[in-house]
Amino acid sequence: MLLIPCPWCGPREDDEFTFGGEADIPRPADPAALTDEQWADYLFMRDNRRGHHREQWYHTAGCRRWFIVERDTVTNEILGASTYGDSQ
Amino acid sequence: MSQPFRLDHGGRIHRDAPLQFTFDGRPIDAFRGDTVASALLANGVSLVGRSLKYHRPRGIVSAGAEDPNAFVQLGHGARTLPNRLATVTPATPGLEVRHVNAWPSLDFDLMSAFGLAAPFIPAGFYYKTLMWPRRLWPLYEHFLRHAAGLGHAPNAPDPDRYDHVHAHCDVLVVGAGPAGLAAARAAAQTGARVIVADEQAEFGGGLLATAERVDALPAPQWADVAAAQLSSAPGVTVLPNTTAFGLYESNLVLLAERLHSDQPDNAGSESGARVWRVLPKQIVLASGAHERPLLFANNDRPGVLLAGAISTYLNRYAVAPGSRAVVFTNNDSAYRTALDLADAGVPVAAIADVRVDPDGNLPAQARAQGIPVHTGAVVVQAHGRGRVAAAELCSLDGAPLGTVECDLLGVSGGFAPALHLHAQASAPMTWNPEVAAFAPQPSHGIHPAGAVTGQLDLASVLRQGTAAGTAAAAAAGCSNGHTPAAPQAAETPTSDLKPYWLPPGELARTKPQFVDLHEDVTLDDLRLSLREGYESIEHVKRYTTLGMGPDQGKLANPLATGVIAELLGRDPATVGTPRHRPAYSPVSLGAIAGRHIGPLADPVRVTPMQEWHESAGAHFENVGQWRRAWYYPHPGESMHEAVARECLAVRNRVGILDYSTLGKIEITGPDAGEFLDRVYTNAWKRLRPGRCRYGLMLGEDGMIFDDGVTARLDDQRYLMFTSTSNAAPVLAWLEQWLQTEWTDLRVYLTSVSEHWSNIALAGPRSRDVLAAAGTDIPLARDDFPFMTFREGHVAGVPARVFRISFSGELSYEINVPADRARHVWEALLDAGRSFGITPYGTETMHVLRAEKGFIIVGQETDGSVTPDDVGLGRLLSRRKDFLGKRSLSRPDSARPDRKQLVGLLTDDPALVLPEGGHVVDAPGRRRPLPMRGHVTSSYFSPVLGRSIALAMVSGGRAALGERLYVATLHDDRWLPVRSCHPVFYDPEGARQHV
Repeated sequence: MLLIPCPWCGPREDDEFTFGGEADIPRPADPAALTDEQWADYLFMRDNRRGHHREQWYHTAGCRRWFIVERDTVTNEILGASTYGDSQ
Repeated sequence: MSQPFRLDHGGRIHRDAPLQFTFDGRPIDAFRGDTVASALLANGVSLVGRSLKYHRPRGIVSAGAEDPNAFVQLGHGARTLPNRLATVTPATPGLEVRHVNAWPSLDFDLMSAFGLAAPFIPAGFYYKTLMWPRRLWPLYEHFLRHAAGLGHAPNAPDPDRYDHVHAHCDVLVVGAGPAGLAAARAAAQTGARVIVADEQAEFGGGLLATAERVDALPAPQWADVAAAQLSSAPGVTVLPNTTAFGLYESNLVLLAERLHSDQPDNAGSESGARVWRVLPKQIVLASGAHERPLLFANNDRPGVLLAGAISTYLNRYAVAPGSRAVVFTNNDSAYRTALDLADAGVPVAAIADVRVDPDGNLPAQARAQGIPVHTGAVVVQAHGRGRVAAAELCSLDGAPLGTVECDLLGVSGGFAPALHLHAQASAPMTWNPEVAAFAPQPSHGIHPAGAVTGQLDLASVLRQGTAAGTAAAAAAGCSNGHTPAAPQAAETPTSDLKPYWLPPGELARTKPQFVDLHEDVTLDDLRLSLREGYESIEHVKRYTTLGMGPDQGKLANPLATGVIAELLGRDPATVGTPRHRPAYSPVSLGAIAGRHIGPLADPVRVTPMQEWHESAGAHFENVGQWRRAWYYPHPGESMHEAVARECLAVRNRVGILDYSTLGKIEITGPDAGEFLDRVYTNAWKRLRPGRCRYGLMLGEDGMIFDDGVTARLDDQRYLMFTSTSNAAPVLAWLEQWLQTEWTDLRVYLTSVSEHWSNIALAGPRSRDVLAAAGTDIPLARDDFPFMTFREGHVAGVPARVFRISFSGELSYEINVPADRARHVWEALLDAGRSFGITPYGTETMHVLRAEKGFIIVGQETDGSVTPDDVGLGRLLSRRKDFLGKRSLSRPDSARPDRKQLVGLLTDDPALVLPEGGHVVDAPGRRRPLPMRGHVTSSYFSPVLGRSIALAMVSGGRAALGERLYVATLHDDRWLPVRSCHPVFYDPEGARQHV
């Protein structure tokens, strides 16, 4: 079980959340200007990082906010959580 | 039956409380305080099972959860429990105990012929040999499963109730031996909330079997006092009979608490276990250590016991597990067993000590008592067939030292920490040379204490436990400023252990020498694995099944690490130990499932009209978690007849459908139109308030994700309908874009799926019914045209009415607050009676939409379908960007041979195609036969008087009218069809505009 520290609700069990994949992948401002390869890179390519990983979580059964969790993908240790307001 | 091996005095059994249970039907006399294993030993039962692969006779090896042999079946019928350990199961009156792996009986086992064939059944034998012919696999498998018995499952649903308990505490203490008791006491004194769990019925662990003293009291008595103090201490929860079986991320610990039955059909057996999900702030891991067996030929014979277990049976249960003993050791602890045996009047014929010069206190005492001690000596073979009868001794250089008669052979290869929970969590471990085993390191709120750290001296263990309990409480934020004094015990100077893995020289070739008794893995199997290149301990495990039994290799793994190291000539620290996984010991599936069974396995969602549907005799289908009315058969009607009647009612008169399950999301804010423009493929900003539009939502990969109608309620407010099962994913998707990407948009989303019920009136008379039910909304065609929405009242209830249609008929979808929906539903039915109103269910809804060629997301689409594939390319705006648009300009999206939506008409109009059927160009025997596509929807259309089907067919749209065939899987037929336009009924759409 992961105890996920929702920035709005506090630490909750992972059943309440939905995983949203790697964070910090902005949508290209003008998709039409991209080559197929560039677009595919945005769509599919992920770092699959070993260790420190910034990822998106959604508090489905709680406050319904998306936020960023930092997790060690080797130990599953949660290193912190931040809202989108914090990081921008 | 008498108890010939019961000692006259001593032990913690209650001699004033005799009881009887049965083993394979034989009555066994015992006392309260016995385990099944101690009672069997007291009664001279040495054979408790047959081994898994070779069906060799096996006896009790240990006095705890580490036993590889003592698996038994408890009880019978629905409540029977397989794979329980006799060594931890308390003896209770009337308990029914059976062996698990012998056929036809324990004493006469036909399968033991496997033992004679052992040289021909090495590791991997089944996989290598029983491969051909493949068609005989079911036969082989049946035979193998019968041979590899592990008890049997109950024959009926479990009548017991199981619970889950969710608990939080400051400090969880795993194990209530000396370290655990000291830790729990120390933590409790700080005021911390403590949970302390131990797998045995009594707290005390090793204290209950030692003659040592703690705080001047005999150790068992001190344990009783400590346990009693903990039981009455505020904030302390004591859980005996409770095994901590899993340690997960965030230090969640699962405990299985075994409860005992008072059911007459299940006397004395376990019943209604509880699983505790504990989230402690800190954990004291005081799980102890398991004594390591030693290798010699026939080291699996009944009568070969771990030395520490012999002491436990003598001191705690007043049972002598034999009448003449030999002890084989590489450390001091087994001398204590020899002394215990001598005290109990059991002659010790010899001690074979691997070490040349053991100089600790205990060896000196043994010598002083006149016990023959052979130093630099090892046992190389056990003799005897059903039970050990003699031990053959050798010096370390292989010189014979003679054969010593005995019926009890105590072995001790040192103590390996029970690091299973720690290892499950991948927490750090290091090789501890003092015990020649891996030991856990403190980490992330886990405080190891006692024997699990490799510390075996009682005084030091008690100090460690006290320190760990104090430190854990402090780390959990509880401290009263002073460190409690540790309980005192005498220090016992000991001589060092000498690692001993393989018998000397050629004696290591004597057969068979068992590394894993449960899985029948021998030294030869390990050699074979290494010879074939499987050298990593994880590979050895998978190749030989080492440690894969229900005992989880508690004895085998620490031994295997050293053996493999020696065979490879490597340092054992580099060999490692296999990854441990939950559960530490078997947990019943009932306990794991808890209350999450039957109707509570998954929540059921129903609409406010559910009771009406039930009283109307509806049959139901599950749509996601929703129960939806499927069809409403009249008495004597088949499903086909009922659906045909419902379909024709809608086409000719009027039907009423409970469509409350549709997802509904209110989208508000000044930028709501801009937001819809980005998430839908078509244009929304210019949609006027009061109007509705059909929208398609794509993933960024350009594939259809959801569809539905959205209405503009007013300038800054829209109501979006989503498909029933997609309601939550669509909301999460929209929120993700708003919250993480388009944070500048002023838009708010509210799920209103359950606030508004949705009743669909469909059919040419639906306007008349709505008028008759009473509404203040003008209903004339020009006042309330198709694809618009009006707010007003229906049957006196505030309502949002949408003139949209999923049937192609004149139709009104009436949204009313859920708490008034049943009233409106019945008012509409009353008003519609004279118009022949007919309630219809989801099956009719599907037929009607298929007649119109309307897609259902997830039925026509499967995540690889673009809007153009289903003929909806006209909904793709050229003027704006939208999610997924860029993907549609890939060359692949324009491939002419993409699967496209077409209709299929069978040559035989009565024949309904199988959904999922493969569409091919022509029948043929070639394999694989090229597939053109597949049938997505298929029904009998009552209004057309024939079958219809929708299909996704490669290049289908350009070749409408072509001859195709649909293959049936079950009877190998080819059904001839012709493709056609996917709209079968009213292709101009005139009926919905009236």
